[in-house]
Amino acid sequence: MNNAPEIAVSVRELEKRFGDFTAVNKVTFDVRQGEIFGFLGPNGAGKSTTIRMLCGIYAPTSGSGTVGGFDIIREQNLIKEHIGYMSQKFSLYDDLTVEENIDFYSGIYKIPAQERQARKEEVIRLANLEDFRHRPTKIISGGWKQRLALGCALIHHPQMLFLDEPTSGVDPITRANFWAIIKDLAGKGVTIFVTTHYMDEAENCNRMVLIYHGTIIAMGTPEEMKTKFMKSDVVEIVLAEAQNWIDDLGRLDVIKEAALFGSNIHAVVYEAEKAIPAITAYLSGRGAEVGEIRKIMPSLEDVFVSAIENYDKAHEKS
Amino acid sequence: MNLKRIRAIAWKEFIQIKRDPRSLALSLGIPVFLLLIFGFGLSLDIDRVRTIVWNQDASSKVTRDFLLNFKYSKYFHVVAYTDNYDDIQHRIDSGQAMLALVIPKDFSHFLEAGKAAPLQLIVDGSDANTATIAMNYVRSVVYGYNVQLLSRMLLSRGIAPRAQVEARPRIWYNMGLTSTWFIVPGVIAMIIMIVSALVTSLCVAREWERGTMEQLIATPVKAPELVIGKFIPYFCIGFFDLIVGVLMARFLFGVPFRGNYLTLALMSSLFLTGALSQGIYISVVARTQLMASQLASLTTLIPTLLLSGFIYPIFNMPKAVQAITYFVPARYYIIILRELFLKAGGLAVMWDEALFLFLFAVLMFTFAIRRFKKKVV
Repeated sequence: MNNAPEIAVSVRELEKRFGDFTAVNKVTFDVRQGEIFGFLGPNGAGKSTTIRMLCGIYAPTSGSGTVGGFDIIREQNLIKEHIGYMSQKFSLYDDLTVEENIDFYSGIYKIPAQERQARKEEVIRLANLEDFRHRPTKIISGGWKQRLALGCALIHHPQMLFLDEPTSGVDPITRANFWAIIKDLAGKGVTIFVTTHYMDEAENCNRMVLIYHGTIIAMGTPEEMKTKFMKSDVVEIVLAEAQNWIDDLGRLDVIKEAALFGSNIHAVVYEAEKAIPAITAYLSGRGAEVGEIRKIMPSLEDVFVSAIENYDKAHEKS
Repeated sequence: MNLKRIRAIAWKEFIQIKRDPRSLALSLGIPVFLLLIFGFGLSLDIDRVRTIVWNQDASSKVTRDFLLNFKYSKYFHVVAYTDNYDDIQHRIDSGQAMLALVIPKDFSHFLEAGKAAPLQLIVDGSDANTATIAMNYVRSVVYGYNVQLLSRMLLSRGIAPRAQVEARPRIWYNMGLTSTWFIVPGVIAMIIMIVSALVTSLCVAREWERGTMEQLIATPVKAPELVIGKFIPYFCIGFFDLIVGVLMARFLFGVPFRGNYLTLALMSSLFLTGALSQGIYISVVARTQLMASQLASLTTLIPTLLLSGFIYPIFNMPKAVQAITYFVPARYYIIILRELFLKAGGLAVMWDEALFLFLFAVLMFTFAIRRFKKKVV
């Protein structure tokens, strides 16, 4: 019965140019069914342009791809029936009430009359807007709007959900809440394609790519990202009165960069094996109360900064 | 094409219009306002020309007799009598009068001597059209007076005047030559053009501006569904305005309606369809509301006002401008409206105008959808 492909999204050499400017530079990647796929990168890297090409809002300049097995150039209308899309900007109607917005999208997605009421309640429950159903959308606050938009994008029970910066400008609690909903959906088998520039959110993804200047510069699971794409090691130094030592440590040859992390110090080093003895010797020679010095797993943020720096260096030379 | 989607869009649009006081005022207030302004304010009839008189020969019964012809004419309104040129100059400069009649001292003397008596006429020529008409009024009064003099002279010599040619006008369609009857149908055409093109021009541009269009494009909604959905509520408003316009014409301005209401509805629907599609087309091209409303007034309001024959007769225009008027749809609609209001004409006499309106509607509608499809991807 279920003959849907294993691969939900497949993209080959996809390119989008606006005049002389290349927004997306021949990207190639696959998204598996039911996974949360993160599309990460700083502002202006080409995230929104890519997601818009996948959702049939922009036509690609060159390259090819499929979404849910449908061709992104020739079968845009079929794709649109099977996906939910939530754009970066809040894009429901401000002057309509919560219920009217939901009704509108029910109509657009041709929800059968007998199911409409149930779907509407589902969206209202999801967005937690029971008390606001007859209020104009413009008076409800950012986080609620975001969830209402998500609800409207889900009204036709799509198998794939495309979210463009869904959590930008939203408070941390609402963000956590939002990710809980997304994980829940993924658990039900919905493929999630999400763009973000919040690197901490990337930990929620099963797999991800990092896009920079329109080019994919890293791709993999969070673990792969941390091991494959990090050219430096991160060392955690536990010692008393760390704040007094941070400047001195930063000047050591073996350390690239040192920063306070809670009451400890995280130092980015060229090679942990050589750096740890050097740091230990330096600190104990000056009578510091050293607790522990060990190599740790870098955070995704460390990985992204490092990957972007490597890209910039490589392009300075050429 | 799917009816459910069209219905959802039309319904949404209705709610938005209802909640937006600006577009509501524009769609329902403007028609009444324009009809009142144009119906009462714009009169092309020139009468009661403000006149100032200096009778230098006031002691003569002849001149007083002559002046009575002006005093009791509805075309002149004597605002003052004076006895110097400074006063005339002042009153014409300040606009209190536009015409001055100066009867010279020896006016009656000349007449009695059987010589031609000069009458000085000073006209404010800054409004050339009105000045010409006023001068013609004076000429016809003078002509009538001359005929009187002539017959009196002949009678005094015992000769009965012979019959002469006498024009007996019989005016069709607008017996009283009331210009309101001529203007009001034109105003109705203008209202429909403004309301349709101007208001709809905002309805797509607004969605681009607010970012709601991006969300819509990511749904399976198709261009014709969106265009038709947006079309429906504005069509209803346009039709409502038409009814208000016809009722006001009939009962406020007393313009007769001699044609067929079904023909009116049919022709108006064609015109509305074209005008609405033009508005949607502009809206798709413009993307911002400001740009859209400017484009709409430039391409609809101004041609409708100036090039449709609404006020300025097309046959008076230079040939090149006349050629342009063929592309102004209101031109055809106004002819049809005047036909229906005043002449009781049926489709038989206006099938060519109807054909042009039909072409306009079909072309604009197709353009709007085509353009929209292109824009979307």
